[in-house]
Amino acid sequence: MSARDTILSRVREALADVPDDERPADVAVPRDYRRTSRLPVADVLDLFVRTVEEYGAAVHRVEPDTLAAAVRAVCQERRIRSMAAAAGFPEHLVTGAGVVLMRDSPPMSAGSLNRADAVITTAAVGIAETGTIALGTGSGMGRRALSLVPDTHVCLVRADQVVATVPEALDRLAPQADRPITLVSGGSATSDIELVRVEGVHGPRVLEVILVESPTDGDSSNGPDDRASPGRRRAAPGTAG
Amino acid sequence: MSGPTGPVVWADVPPFPTAAKKQLAKEEQRATLSRVTHQIRAKRAAVVHERDDWEDLRRAGEQIKTRVLRHLDTYLEQAEQALTDAGVTVHWAVDADHANRIIYALVSETGETEVVKVKSMATAEIGVNEFLAKRGITAVETDLAELIVQMAGDRPSHIVVPAIHRNRTEIRDIFTEHMPGVPDDLTDDPAQLAGQARRHLRQKFLRANVAISGANFVVADSGTLCIVESEGNGRMCLTLPDTLISVVGIEKIVPTFADLEVFLQLLPRSSTGERMNPYTSLWSGVTPGDGPQNMHVVFLDNGRTKALADPVGRQALRCIRCSACLNSCPVYERTGGHAYGSVYPGPIGAILTPQLRGMDDPVDRALPFASSLCGACYEVCPVRINIPQVLTHLRGKAVDHDRENRKRGVERTAFRAATFGFDNDLLYNAGLSAGLPAAHVAAGKDGLRWLPFLGGKWTASRDVIRPPRQSFRRWWKQQTRAPAEQGEP
Repeated sequence: MSARDTILSRVREALADVPDDERPADVAVPRDYRRTSRLPVADVLDLFVRTVEEYGAAVHRVEPDTLAAAVRAVCQERRIRSMAAAAGFPEHLVTGAGVVLMRDSPPMSAGSLNRADAVITTAAVGIAETGTIALGTGSGMGRRALSLVPDTHVCLVRADQVVATVPEALDRLAPQADRPITLVSGGSATSDIELVRVEGVHGPRVLEVILVESPTDGDSSNGPDDRASPGRRRAAPGTAG
Repeated sequence: MSGPTGPVVWADVPPFPTAAKKQLAKEEQRATLSRVTHQIRAKRAAVVHERDDWEDLRRAGEQIKTRVLRHLDTYLEQAEQALTDAGVTVHWAVDADHANRIIYALVSETGETEVVKVKSMATAEIGVNEFLAKRGITAVETDLAELIVQMAGDRPSHIVVPAIHRNRTEIRDIFTEHMPGVPDDLTDDPAQLAGQARRHLRQKFLRANVAISGANFVVADSGTLCIVESEGNGRMCLTLPDTLISVVGIEKIVPTFADLEVFLQLLPRSSTGERMNPYTSLWSGVTPGDGPQNMHVVFLDNGRTKALADPVGRQALRCIRCSACLNSCPVYERTGGHAYGSVYPGPIGAILTPQLRGMDDPVDRALPFASSLCGACYEVCPVRINIPQVLTHLRGKAVDHDRENRKRGVERTAFRAATFGFDNDLLYNAGLSAGLPAAHVAAGKDGLRWLPFLGGKWTASRDVIRPPRQSFRRWWKQQTRAPAEQGEP
């Protein structure tokens, strides 16, 4: 008997007490936990900013026409001279920032990637309650090594990509689950020494998030009542509070 | 070396009561453990209280895992199919030795003599590092705490933070002694230590061709593997090498991708007290041009089907290895993890180890007694494993084992004698009338700190409160006979 058959027959023997006609779905799973949030979209964005910042990552809130300036400012502040980016990433954002663009096509070796000061990517989903950014492999995000090896990760998140809860995020990610997904919450960290959280181990030590809010964001996906809510107005930079 | 010499446990660790005594004498370790377990409890409590639906999440997690366990054969076959369709080669290992042989063969095929490892309980359980080392292959642990343990030739004492028993100064000294190229002025600042680990491992990551990992979850319907981590060492191992071998306990399955929404909320909050851990990797087989192109999953039994066969004990297989039960356990807090003699310490280890291994070894029979049954572990368990229930159930099994093997333990002899006394009214009353006043005087105000002879086994770890001057029966008789004359009982 193969090991496979041995294990499967051991499993079946072990489950002798489970009735033969019981089906998996007969074991009820109560799903009374919250899947969505009643927060207005502006509050969801504020929460996202707060939870990401609590991990020690910086969040810059910009509008599409100030995005290029924000990328430039981050590059200057972090003294970034070379920046890796995936095929499909809007290159003018990098070249306009006065840094050397390292295009990942053809794919760079791990050693070359290691020499890039930073990497810039887009994102797939943001999760407000946990301060998490989901990276897929779609256009602008590239393969996983790209957003991992360089020491600084600049990540562009569109406001309409930000959801409140983990279940909402996985709903959005499910269609691309056949390809790799990485959930990133702050920079790399460890609590292995006396359970003290230390930022910066093997992954990027610096995470800079640029949240791009266009004036029409959120209106379609979050219901018509958000348009007029006081929270909606707070989404514009500089008027928070 | 530091790995388990048989599956799961270390051969040279005596049963818990003896091992615990030795650990309790380590004052510095006790101070470190007390401080860090209290810190992590508070952190966990804060992020758990943020969620008004925490109990709902726990119940969902419990039932998803129960569903999987009750239909494990179906889900295993489904997962195998999905993984195979995604380009992963699936292997099945009946025990630790079998798994090690499979892994060794796979590494040998690549011709590599150094592999990088993602911290994983399954690979610690089978002792793959030691197995490979004997055959000329170095497995480099890349998780910081696991690296500390490996370099020091030490053993893990915690499921999530294996070096929890070491303080920062000890870790600095371990680095200075064992890590090549450590600067002379390395301080014990945790950030500096982490930075040093980063420099040390970076070149290994960039060179690595083979990685060995476990998995936190395997999704049956999509063949997705999930690894939850903090440092990015996991991402390095899962992304840069060309070959990835993942050792997965057969109980790690969840039915659907959507079910991850429950566990990705339960695990980080329970484990490190964070809303979300820094990095979670999800991958469904081979992706051309991205990450390892040669992927293997080894489904591991190694005693899990034994645990599955016990309808009470089966719930231990719901465990998602978060460590909340260790962090909240008053016994673990004092003894630390090494006293349990197993890669699975703490309350979950006390029910998992004897179920994976059986009750033939005195180490395994002692583990269910390594608890005060206070229930803190059950309260914090994200998948509602009723650890106290399983502990008492296994205590019964341990006693049955002794009886079947005609071992006349002290306890059994004592209860025999007690039965004789309790059966005989005259003898019982005579015993109390003679014994109680003497014991009352002997105990004094503070109670008894020690008992002579075999009773000393009891008082070695407990005090006896001062017995009353007379028995209740006698007092009651006096009350009912002459109520007017009686004052104080």
